[in-house]
Amino acid sequence: MFEKTGIATRAMVVEKFPPMERINRGPVAVVECYQKIPCNPCQTACPFGAIRIGEDINEIPCRDENICTGCGVCVAKCPGLSIMIVDGSKSDTTVQFRIPYEFLPLPEAGEEVVGLDRAGQPICSARVIKVMAPPSFDRTPVVTLEVGREYLYDFRNFRRKA
Amino acid sequence: MREVELLVIGSGPAGLCAAISAATSGAKVLVLERSFKPGGQLIKQTHMFFGSESQYASHRGVDIADILLEKVDEFGDRIELMLNATAVGFYEDNVVTVLKDEKEYFKIKARSVVCATGAYEKSLAFPNNDLPGIYGAGAVQTLMNVYGVRPGNRVLMVGAGNIGVIVSYQLMQAGIEVVAVLDAAPRIGAYLVHASKLARMGVPILTSHTVKEAIGADCLEAAVVCEVDERFRPIPGTEKRYDVDVMCISVGLSPLNELLAMRGAVMKYVPQLSGSVPLRTNSLETSIPGVFVAGDASGIEEASSAMAEGYLAGLCAAASLGHVPPDLNDRKLEYMSQLDGLRSGPVGERIRAGMRNSKL
Amino acid sequence: MRITQHPILTFERGKEVNFTFNGAPMKGYEGETIAAALHAAGVKVLGKSSELHRPRGFYCAIGNCASCQMIVDGEPNVRTCITLIKEGMKVETQEGKGVIK
Repeated sequence: MFEKTGIATRAMVVEKFPPMERINRGPVAVVECYQKIPCNPCQTACPFGAIRIGEDINEIPCRDENICTGCGVCVAKCPGLSIMIVDGSKSDTTVQFRIPYEFLPLPEAGEEVVGLDRAGQPICSARVIKVMAPPSFDRTPVVTLEVGREYLYDFRNFRRKA
Repeated sequence: MREVELLVIGSGPAGLCAAISAATSGAKVLVLERSFKPGGQLIKQTHMFFGSESQYASHRGVDIADILLEKVDEFGDRIELMLNATAVGFYEDNVVTVLKDEKEYFKIKARSVVCATGAYEKSLAFPNNDLPGIYGAGAVQTLMNVYGVRPGNRVLMVGAGNIGVIVSYQLMQAGIEVVAVLDAAPRIGAYLVHASKLARMGVPILTSHTVKEAIGADCLEAAVVCEVDERFRPIPGTEKRYDVDVMCISVGLSPLNELLAMRGAVMKYVPQLSGSVPLRTNSLETSIPGVFVAGDASGIEEASSAMAEGYLAGLCAAASLGHVPPDLNDRKLEYMSQLDGLRSGPVGERIRAGMRNSKL
Repeated sequence: MRITQHPILTFERGKEVNFTFNGAPMKGYEGETIAAALHAAGVKVLGKSSELHRPRGFYCAIGNCASCQMIVDGEPNVRTCITLIKEGMKVETQEGKGVIK
C-alpha cells in the first residue's frame, strides 16, 4: 500500500518508534525513513552519533534511542522531512511532537490547530507549544505540538483552523 | 575565430561543477549558457537535496546554485561565463557555433568540450493536451519559483515521480491547491519520503490512473481522469472529473544532446537513461577524444549525480589537455565512488543497468 | 496572480515597466520574461496554432518547445518564455507561422 499512496501503515510506523518507557523518559527522534535512497544528512547532522547509516549511503538510518537526546538538530536537516521528535515525559495524558512545517503563515504558541494523520485527515485537536525557526534550521521551521497520547502513532501533521 | 582551451556547454549543476573542477586543475574554461541566468534548473529548486555532504545534501537547490557560482567567481581569471549564448552547432574540428543575444552569430574552436546540456520535459498524448493551462511541471516551477507568479488556482499533477511530487509540494507552499497527483504506473516513482510529505497534506496520490481528456474552450477548465489496468488500458466507468485551471505534466525527461549527435559521437537509445545518450568511458569521454558528457545529457538522473559527473568530466577533460594534478587518480576515484554510492541502492537499479548499456 | 509571501523564497522584483498586449496597457517588472508578466496579468493564451488555429500557451518555460511564440515589437516567433520584458514593448498574439519583414 505504502508504495501506492505514500501513506505508511500502522505496523511500519510503530516499528520506527522506540519503546514506551523511552518515550516517557524524554524527547527522542523518530526517523520515518522506510526506503533505501542515497541520502545521509541525518547521520552527518547528529552531534551525538545517534543516527547511523554507515558506508553505503543507501542504507536506512538506524537511530540508537539510548544515545539520542532528542535535541532535534536532525529534524530540519532531513531533506525528506521524515524525522520528528516525540516526548512523553511532560504528562501522563498527552505527548509532545516536534515536526517540520514549511508553510505560511506559521502558527503561534498557544494556538489550537487541527491534528492530521499520515493521509492528511483530521484526527484530533492539537495545541501549539512552540515554533522554532532559527537561521540554522534554514527555512524549515520546527513546531512543537501537544496531542492526546492515544494519537501517538497517528498524529503526523496539522493545519491551522480557518 | 575565438579559440578556447575547454568549452563547457551548459551552466547547470553538471556544467558548473565541470568548470570548477577543470579550473582547479589549471585549465582555462569558457562556459556557454543559453539563458540570461546561470545555474540551469537549480535556480528553481526550493527543496533540500538528497545525497551526501559531497553533493551539498540538505542544502536547497537554489542555494547550491549560489554556492557553485561563488566558486566560479573565485576562478574569475580561469572561468568565463557567457550568458544568453546558445550553442547551435558542433562540428568535426571541434568548432561550436554560438548564437548570442538572439542576434550575434560566431564560432568558437575548443581543444576540449564538456557537453552538459541537460534535458527537456516529455509530453503526454490525450485529447486537448495543447490547451493553455497545461504546462510542464518544470515550467510551472520556473513560473512560481523564479518569477513568483502563480500558475493558477487549482492544479492536477500528472506524474508521481520526484519532479511531480516535489512540484506539487512547492505549489502548496506557494498557496496553490493541488487536487491530486496521478500516475499510470502501479507504484509511486518518487522517493517515498517526498510522497509522504504530500500525502499528509491531504493530497491523494492516485497510482494506476491516467488523463482521459482535457476540457476547455480557450484555456483548461477541467480534466477527466480514469483508472488503467496492469497493461495501462483505461478501465471504462472509472472516470473522474476535476475542475482545474492548471494541469502539470511530469512524465519524465529526455536527455538533450543533439549537439553530441551532430558532432558524430556514437549515440545509443538506452531506455533506462530515458533516451538517446552518447556512449562514454568511465571518465565520461565520448567516442570522440576530448569530448566529454556530464549530467542529464548523459542520462536522466538526480542533480546530485549531475554534480559528481560534472566534477569528474571537468577533471578528466582538463587532464586530457595536460593539466594533470598530482592527485589525479585519487580525485577520479573519489568522484567515481561518489557516483557508485548514489547509484548503488535499489532506486539506482535502473541507472546501473543504463550505465552498463552505455559503456564505450 | 503574483505570489506575495513564500516560506522559502523572497522575490526581489525589478523596476515596474509598462508594455502593451494587443494594444492594451499592461505592467510587468524588469527581470521577468514576457510570458511571466502576461501570466501574472491573467493572460494565458499567447497565440493560435498555424493549422487548426487552436489556442497556445507556454509549455516548457525554458525556450525548448516554441509554444510561447509571439510577435514582439513587430518581430514574429519570439520565444516569450525566455525573452525579458522591457519598457514600451509591444507584445501581440501570433496567428500561425508569422511573417518576417
